[in-house]
Amino acid sequence: MADTSRVVDGLRAYRMITAMWIRSTMAYRASFFMTTLGNLTATTFDFVAILLMFSRVDELGGYSLPQVAFLYGLSSTAFGLADLALGSMENLGRRVRDGTLDTLLVRPAPVLAQMGADQFGLRRLGRITQGLAVLIYALATVDIDWTPLKLLLMPVILVSGAGIFGAVFIAGAAFQFVAKDASEVQNAFTYGGTTMLQYPPTVFATELVRGVTFVLPLAFVNWLPATYVLGMPIPLGLPEWVAFLPPLVAVGCCALAGMAWRAGLRSYQSTGN
Amino acid sequence: MDEGFIDVKGVEKVFEVRKKAGFLKRERRQVRAVDSISFRVARGEMVGYIGPNGAGKSTTIKMLTGILTPSGGRLRVAGIDPSRERTRLAHRIGVVFGQRTTLWWDLPLIDSYKLMHRMYRIPDGRYRENLDRLVELLDLSELLDVPVRQLSLGQRMRGDIAAALLHDPEVLYLDEPTIGLDVISKAKVREFLRELNAERGTTVLLTTHDLQDIEQLCSRVMVIDHGRMMYDGPLAGLHEAGESERTLVVDLERELPPIEAPAPARVVRVEGPRQWLAFPASESAAPLVARIAAEYPLVDLSVREPDIEAVIAKMYVEQTEKTANAGNAGNAGKAVS
Repeated sequence: MADTSRVVDGLRAYRMITAMWIRSTMAYRASFFMTTLGNLTATTFDFVAILLMFSRVDELGGYSLPQVAFLYGLSSTAFGLADLALGSMENLGRRVRDGTLDTLLVRPAPVLAQMGADQFGLRRLGRITQGLAVLIYALATVDIDWTPLKLLLMPVILVSGAGIFGAVFIAGAAFQFVAKDASEVQNAFTYGGTTMLQYPPTVFATELVRGVTFVLPLAFVNWLPATYVLGMPIPLGLPEWVAFLPPLVAVGCCALAGMAWRAGLRSYQSTGN
Repeated sequence: MDEGFIDVKGVEKVFEVRKKAGFLKRERRQVRAVDSISFRVARGEMVGYIGPNGAGKSTTIKMLTGILTPSGGRLRVAGIDPSRERTRLAHRIGVVFGQRTTLWWDLPLIDSYKLMHRMYRIPDGRYRENLDRLVELLDLSELLDVPVRQLSLGQRMRGDIAAALLHDPEVLYLDEPTIGLDVISKAKVREFLRELNAERGTTVLLTTHDLQDIEQLCSRVMVIDHGRMMYDGPLAGLHEAGESERTLVVDLERELPPIEAPAPARVVRVEGPRQWLAFPASESAAPLVARIAAEYPLVDLSVREPDIEAVIAKMYVEQTEKTANAGNAGNAGKAVS
C-alpha cells in the first residue's frame, strides 16, 4: 500500500513540476515555437534520408517504403512519447556534479518524479508530431490485412514502446549515479536505439537482432509486433505470439529500471558527490 | 527534555575516493569526512555550526536532512531517522542552501510559493497566514510578481528563506545564508532569523563563514574541523578555548616608541604613528583603552575581532598536539588507510 501512495505522490509531483516548466517555457514564447519547429525540422530530415534512399532502390531488406515508414512511425512516436515524459532524466549526471540534486532530496516527493519532470521540454512535441505524421503516411499507403486484433494492437504497441524507452531513460539515469558523465552512453541506447528501429530488422546482423530481443529488448518496441501486423516474417523465426508480448516486456523493463534507480539513489546517498 | 530535538550520537561518514593511479588502475582511499561526532540540539535553540572548507559541515547537514546516509552512529531529527524517512522528515524541516536557489528562475516569485503550497499540502488558511507574515517580515511585497532571475542576490536569499518556511518547519537548516550579501541584506536576514526563533520557537542550525552571524544570532556554537567536533559551547568560550586575541588599533598624534601596555596586552606592530596591540578576546577593551587615552596623545582607535579561521587553526594545532602527546600517532582524522 505504501508503494501505491508513493506512485500517486510521484505522479502528483510530476504534474505540478511539469506545469511549472511549461509556464517557464511560455515566458519565452517565441523561443518555444522556434525550438519546437527546429525539433520538428531536424527529425523530418531524418526521414528525408530514408526517402532519398528509396529514390535509388525499391526495397530495403525486403521492405517497401510504406512498410519502412510504418516501422519508422511506430518507433519515432513511441520514442517521442518517452522522450517528452522522461527525456530530461539525462540531466541527472549534471545535477549530481553540481550538487543541485540535493535540493530535490529535501522535498516531500519522490526524486524520480521530480527528476523526470525536471526541465520538462514541451518542444519535444515536435518529434511526436513528426513520428505521427510518418505513421499516418504509412497507414495511408501500406498494404495491411487489417483484423480487429491488429487494430487493437496498434495503440498497445505505441504505449508499450514508450514504456520500454522510458525504462531505458530511467536505467540510463540510474547508471549516471555511478558514472557521472555517462549521458552519452545513455544516448547510444535511446537515440541510437530509435534510429536502429527505424530500419527493417532484416538489414542488421542476426547477433544484433538477437541482442535487442533478448538482452535489451528494444525489438519489442516495433520490430516484433510490427512484422506481425505487416504480415512479414517475424525476426529470428520467433512465433507469432511474441507480437503480443510488448506490454509485459514494458512492465518488466520498468520494474527493473525502477530497481536500478533505487539502487542508484541509495548509492548516491551513501557516497555523495 | 531528556532527548534532544536533534540527536546525533557517534555519527560518522566515510567516503571512498577513487584516484587515478595509472591508465585504468584506480587507487581506493577512504576519507573520513565526519568522524564520530555527537551533539544534541534542544527545541528552539539557535546553533552556529562553523569550520573551514571541507571540515565536514555540509556532510553533517546532508545527513541531518536525509540527503546522505551515515556510515555509522545514530542520528534522529524530531524522532525521525532522516535517511530512512526522508519524505516524512521533509515536512518538518526547512532547508536553505546559500548558493543554490530552489526558486523558479523564469517565473514570478509568488509562483514558487504556490508550488510549495501544493507540494507540501499546506492548508489554505495556514499558507495565507504564513505567506502574509513572511512577506511582511522579509520585505517581499514588492517582489512577489517579479521573475526570480531579476532579483538581486539579497532579495533572492530572502525569497529562498520564505520558501523554506511556508510549511512551518520545526527546524531550519541554513547553509551560508549571508554569503555574498551586502551589509544591509545581511542585517535584514539576521534580524528576521532572530524574530523567527523568538516568536515561533523554530530551531535553527546555521553554517557560516561569517563570525558576525554567530555573534548576533547564536547562543551556542559548534566547531568542526577535519570531521571532528573541536568545540561545542557559547561563543565567548570559543575565544578562550582558542586563546584568541582581539586587536586594538591605535592612532597616536605622532610617532612614538611602542606603548607600554599592562600584560597580557602587548604591542605587536608599529607603523609610524599607528600601533597594533593584541589582548585576550575574553577581556574587555575598556581598561586598556582608558589607560592609553590617559597616558598617550590618542587621535583615533578601533578594535578588530579575531578571525574565526585563525581561532580554529589554533585550536586544531593544540588538539593535534594533545592527541600526539597521548601517543595517538598524531592522527587527527582525515585520511585513514
